[in-house]
Amino acid sequence: MSDVAIVPAAESAPPPASPGRPPGRGPRRVVPAVLALLILLVLAAVPLFVDPFGTSTLSRVLVFALFAVSLDLLVGVTGLPSLGHAAYFGVGAYTAGLISLHVTSEGVVPVLAAAGAGAVAAATTGWLAVRSSGVFFLMLTLAIGELVFQLAQSLSSVTGGSNGLFGIPAVRVGGAALTLPGYVYWFVLVVAVLGFGMMWLISRSPFGAVLRGIRDNEPRMRSLGYSPFRYKLAAFVLAGGFAGLAGGLFAAQVRLVTPSEAGTAASSLVLLAVILGGAGTLWGPVLGAAVVVWVRDALGPNLDGHGPLVLGLVFVIAVYVLPRGFAGLAGLRARRTGPTGPTGGTA
Amino acid sequence: MAGWFDANLVSILNGFAIGSLLFILAVGLSIVFGMMDVLNLAHGALYLVGSYLAVTFAAGEPSWGGFLTALGIAALAGLIAGGALSGMTEPLARRPILDQALLTLGVSLVVAEVLSIIYGNDVFSISPPPGLDGSVAVAGNAYPTYRLALIGVGLVLAVIVFVVVERTSVGALVRASVADRDMVSAMGIDNRKVKVAVLAIGSMLATVAGVLGGPVYGARPGLDDTILILALVVVVIGGLGSVKGALIGALVIGQVESLGRALLPDLASFILFGTLALVLVLRPRGLFGPRKLAGT
Repeated sequence: MSDVAIVPAAESAPPPASPGRPPGRGPRRVVPAVLALLILLVLAAVPLFVDPFGTSTLSRVLVFALFAVSLDLLVGVTGLPSLGHAAYFGVGAYTAGLISLHVTSEGVVPVLAAAGAGAVAAATTGWLAVRSSGVFFLMLTLAIGELVFQLAQSLSSVTGGSNGLFGIPAVRVGGAALTLPGYVYWFVLVVAVLGFGMMWLISRSPFGAVLRGIRDNEPRMRSLGYSPFRYKLAAFVLAGGFAGLAGGLFAAQVRLVTPSEAGTAASSLVLLAVILGGAGTLWGPVLGAAVVVWVRDALGPNLDGHGPLVLGLVFVIAVYVLPRGFAGLAGLRARRTGPTGPTGGTA
Repeated sequence: MAGWFDANLVSILNGFAIGSLLFILAVGLSIVFGMMDVLNLAHGALYLVGSYLAVTFAAGEPSWGGFLTALGIAALAGLIAGGALSGMTEPLARRPILDQALLTLGVSLVVAEVLSIIYGNDVFSISPPPGLDGSVAVAGNAYPTYRLALIGVGLVLAVIVFVVVERTSVGALVRASVADRDMVSAMGIDNRKVKVAVLAIGSMLATVAGVLGGPVYGARPGLDDTILILALVVVVIGGLGSVKGALIGALVIGQVESLGRALLPDLASFILFGTLALVLVLRPRGLFGPRKLAGT
């Protein structure tokens, strides 16, 4: 990933907004690590105990969670609320689908190509979008998302138009096609965990600290000699790349890509996952994504396919009562037990 | 040149019709945001409410009675919805602007979904009222009468809005609120009342535009997003809080949507985005935007 090369460049200057790390390896640093390891073990064991439907639902949760965390890199860490992030997810999904169909479906190739395509798409549109901020950014990204959606629909010779791109072959690892949901799940799990890990490192790096600084006080960062435009663009490209990666996993798992994957509704849902989980924490959006996918895919069919109605209501309620998402609830508990940083001592 | 003009006359007229509709939509969105910093993402959903009301009341035999009933009920529904939105955003007034935008996004999801529960996922077409359902010859081309009438209505509304905002004391209040809300408040004017009024009228314009646009665009799920994005692009190009900007932006985007699609059908979306990009690179606050944005 060429994107990661940005990180060492930022390391030459000490980050002014670096959160103070607790000294030593106290229990507060060991407990989350053990917890993460336990969750990973449970997730890895899921296909052995859960039926195929549950397994593929969980695969979708993982893909959507990766997508949501990539948006959190923009919304929570950099402070750029995007309402068109599904565009890069869609670009990645179509890229992976096309490469699987026409070139090779060998494991990592379509997925990495999807990440690259997402990053390139983000770079070509991001230079315009990151010039603005706040609500202007929201409107611009909305327009970008709609542009990609309409492209996917109108370029029917390539994308299959509104019918979508279908017949994507099963993903292969070492020449063997993964047809059982359990194997696909493991493939998704490995790639998604690697993606989470990279984004966590980016967010913890000096580069991530600069992004937080820009979010909290952009004029001050500028006067300290940082170029907010470059850092915002880098964050936008990284977020687009990881969204593309999630899109590539989506194509490998669902094997059908339709224009609605890049549409405004998809962008709203992923933003809901981030807001619901708690922007800026990276782990919060994973929970948010799980809730969204559960309501849409598991609860939705029981409601005549009107899951979005429930999600809309959840969205409205979340804006009122959970201004910092699920992570805000954890922050409340942490504040009662002891003083923590402004982000609730998370991430 | 004359030959080209003649060949594309229908597209150009269509562009004006779409532009009229977009102006009615965008002027409400623009003033609400310019004055109150409330980005109403439910604007497209309100438009769709208007279109479906037209489906309900103007269905069957087209009649002026049905069409005007739809207009009246849509206007009332818009006023009520705007008041409700104003009340819903009030508790969030001290929170970041983004929270209010997210709230209206959630509202728009709910409204769009309720509409699809009531009306299903079918595509409805709405016939214009009698007398306007034919076509007239314009310079040798047959052109739907209703769209000509729509251009007329848009022009009349543009003049009304312009006169109200630029020449009356109420308009002076609106302009003053766009320029410096805190100063207006310090002079003893209740901001919240202004906000309720402006949101109600802006929402009413959206639902009315839904009825007026019914015979052109019909009513279908997903139309709300399309309309919202066109209106947002108009507002961004024209500049927030500017009536003149909304008018110019609507006319430009109307032509881009119509003439652009007719001349370069594959590139229409790119032209729309390209226009937006060009304006934002040259004039980041829009063509007629404020020099300095309040709150940024």
